Amino acid sequence: MSGTGALSPIAEYEARIAELERKVSSLQTRRTLPAIDQQSAKTYIERYAIIAIWLALVIVFAVIDNYIYGSSRFLTWINFSTMFGTQGVLVALTLGLLLPLTAGDFDLSVAATMTLASLVVAILISTQGTPTPIAVLAGLAVGAVIGGLNAFFTLYFRIHSLIVTLGMATFVLGIAKWISASRTISIFGANPTLIEFVNQARLFNISMSFWYALILCVALWYFFEYTTQGRKLLFVGRAREVARLAGIRVDAVRSGALIGSGVIAAFAGILAVGVNGSADPSSRIGLLLPAFAAAFLGATSIVPGRFNPWGSFIGVFLLATGISGLQIFGIPNFVQDLFYGGGLILAVAASQLVRQRRAMDFGG
Amino acid sequence: MARVSQAGPALEIRNLSKRFGGAIALDRVDLTVRRGEVHGLLGQNGSGKSTLIKILSGFHAPEPGATLSLYGREVALPLQAGDFRNLGLAFVHQHLGLIPSLSVLENICLGEFAIHANWRIDWKGELARIRAVFAEYGLAIDPMARIDQLPQVDRCLVAIVRAIEEVRANQESHGGDGILVLDEPTPFLPRAGVEQLFALVRQVVAKGASVIFVSHDVDEILEITDRATVLRDGRVAGSVETAGARPEDFVEMIVGRRVDHYRSRHSAETGRKAVAAVVGLSGSVCRDLDLSLGEGEVVGLTGLIGSGFDEVPALLYGARQASAGVLEVDGASFDLTEMTPLRAIESRIAYLPADRIGASGAGSLPVADNLALPSLSRFAARLGVDRKAMFRWAAKTGKAHDVRPNNPALNLENLSGGNQQKVLLAKWLEIAPRLLLLDEPTQGVDVGARQQVFAAIDAASRAGTIVVCASTDAEQLAQICNRVLVFSQGRVAVELRGEDVTKEEITFQCYTGQTNSETMLTA
Repeated sequence: MSGTGALSPIAEYEARIAELERKVSSLQTRRTLPAIDQQSAKTYIERYAIIAIWLALVIVFAVIDNYIYGSSRFLTWINFSTMFGTQGVLVALTLGLLLPLTAGDFDLSVAATMTLASLVVAILISTQGTPTPIAVLAGLAVGAVIGGLNAFFTLYFRIHSLIVTLGMATFVLGIAKWISASRTISIFGANPTLIEFVNQARLFNISMSFWYALILCVALWYFFEYTTQGRKLLFVGRAREVARLAGIRVDAVRSGALIGSGVIAAFAGILAVGVNGSADPSSRIGLLLPAFAAAFLGATSIVPGRFNPWGSFIGVFLLATGISGLQIFGIPNFVQDLFYGGGLILAVAASQLVRQRRAMDFGG
Repeated sequence: MARVSQAGPALEIRNLSKRFGGAIALDRVDLTVRRGEVHGLLGQNGSGKSTLIKILSGFHAPEPGATLSLYGREVALPLQAGDFRNLGLAFVHQHLGLIPSLSVLENICLGEFAIHANWRIDWKGELARIRAVFAEYGLAIDPMARIDQLPQVDRCLVAIVRAIEEVRANQESHGGDGILVLDEPTPFLPRAGVEQLFALVRQVVAKGASVIFVSHDVDEILEITDRATVLRDGRVAGSVETAGARPEDFVEMIVGRRVDHYRSRHSAETGRKAVAAVVGLSGSVCRDLDLSLGEGEVVGLTGLIGSGFDEVPALLYGARQASAGVLEVDGASFDLTEMTPLRAIESRIAYLPADRIGASGAGSLPVADNLALPSLSRFAARLGVDRKAMFRWAAKTGKAHDVRPNNPALNLENLSGGNQQKVLLAKWLEIAPRLLLLDEPTQGVDVGARQQVFAAIDAASRAGTIVVCASTDAEQLAQICNRVLVFSQGRVAVELRGEDVTKEEITFQCYTGQTNSETMLTA
């Protein structure tokens, strides 16, 4: 007990702990402050890179168009307004997809749902003489029923949504071919109201289908960001167990998302009837992959790492710009497949880099 | 023990040390396992048991200066992963390493398939061989049954047979009879199962092999081992012949010399008004728990792994369905067989699971969203959720709980474990819970944050919240609890209150709670 500094072991231990705690807390504050600044700059670039890439693509095509081909076909309002007008359908389809994707489910049946809904609407208008509003409601109901069936099989039998909707897609397409006898059904002669509302009415010389898709985009953005339901959807997709323990009715949220994507896909189908004036069972089925490509591309930007409406919106036009440019230069149609297929894989690869290449987890 | 006369022990470790950064996990440990003996290895969590096992399996490299010899032959350290197979070592871990959806036969052959390429598998031959092996050990297990259709005991036996067969198959490369390491195989087995397992262990040693039996359970060590080594704080606390030992000797070595009761800050509380009660709660292990809870009381639940204390919070919250039981809070009564998280939250019952990222919070979402999850309705404005107000509130709440860095926009996973826990605890404290259920609230939480978590729990209890905390951390329980229930085999074995709530007493009761109450050392 004699001698200098003969602290009792406990006091010594406590002093050491206190010193360590001080060190830890100073390290914590020192390390995180610059990290946040750096992060915000990095985040900013990450968020808006997609717009920069889009603009760069436009400039590159305009330059090639001007200096190599000596023409000015690419950078014209006509070209862009046509592109905006024709992509409204794909935008709507992609937006619908965001609901189940955010909830952690896949819906591979959206393109088929869209095809069936468009045929139901076209048949009702052309052969049954149904008034347009009623035909439109019937089309949306078709989407809701298909979404409901997807939800039932996914949630009641606990089958992965990938499998249920894969089967549902082909099944629904079968019905579409059956009711249309595999023919194109036109509504021009019967009742062109839908065409007038969707395609002939224009704003800034852009078909209304684009503006409807834009309104849907705003609505979904608001839903995701500013409603408690939107927040719950996000938690269900990200951490199902956390959501369950927080008292969220996980199954109700998931089925809501699947029904929502069915209804929005049907809405896209109705826009398609308005744009084309007709419906057929084969030409729109190929939009499934572009919709996924745009959704995943969108998830790399605006709100990186999250499926988000604005990112998807821009994603659609980024892909469409590339395709339209190359087609103007006479590069054949196969470029579309290269763009959409490649775009999907590259977009997911990019988002995996953001996530530091952790294994992707598709919940059950 | 017929072969003790043969030269050299089965396994001999000298001077084995291991550091992790500044922490010493093993400090000059010696261990000798004789041929044909069952050698127990005991110690508390963090005593160095698992580090020792992981060095033998080649997962960790020890500090230089250690020597290892097997059957008299010196082996160079560190071992590489997988080396143990050729050295005659085999491991059976608690989770067994079996694939549930495959048959017993396929599981047993798996090890061979992993090592040798074989273009024509002789399934008939393998089946006959496994049948013969099972017959040899007197096991009535169908080799064609799927693992997930077997009871837990049989799965355990299959894993042991697989391990010992692997050792035998490689006998020519190591020249010994094999050393089987059983790493806590018993906590989830019923008593009858433990006996079956011991019967198999006895057969294995009768054939000349040695077994290292790692366990928490003093009674099991007494029953099955010939000798046992106790580790405490990385050192060998003692190595004894089991035959002459009493349970108290082991407990004393495990816990350390029992310090005289120091006065804890808990006064012996009397006359708390009971405002909540659990009646007849049964889950998968826990049986007939009755518990009365006072206003602002902090009750700790503890015991050894598998004793059933850890499922109580989840059962009370409805995160898992109870098989029977009623919870009463302030006169309202809940049937726990039909309890749901939603109902619990509506009655301001909150539950913080042990699994921080996975059950408690969403790692890939911002702190603000995680914080606001149970309080979302608070930010519902006419035009939807008021995000700005939510972030302002999150920043304020984060500051109050000293979350560092206090940036509500950061994803939860970017915070340290301690800060994550502050956020997740704050999320529940913000709804001013009536009953707060905690499961290992400071697991993986650093020293400083730990004290802050304790302070937050303390503040809540002073405001009247009833806290139920399940934990294996005796120090933590001693610090925050008014009362601690020690579980053994699904039931409360001992209830500690007032000045008995000390780290030493809790640990001591965990290890002796299941031994006969007459043999208890309580002063």
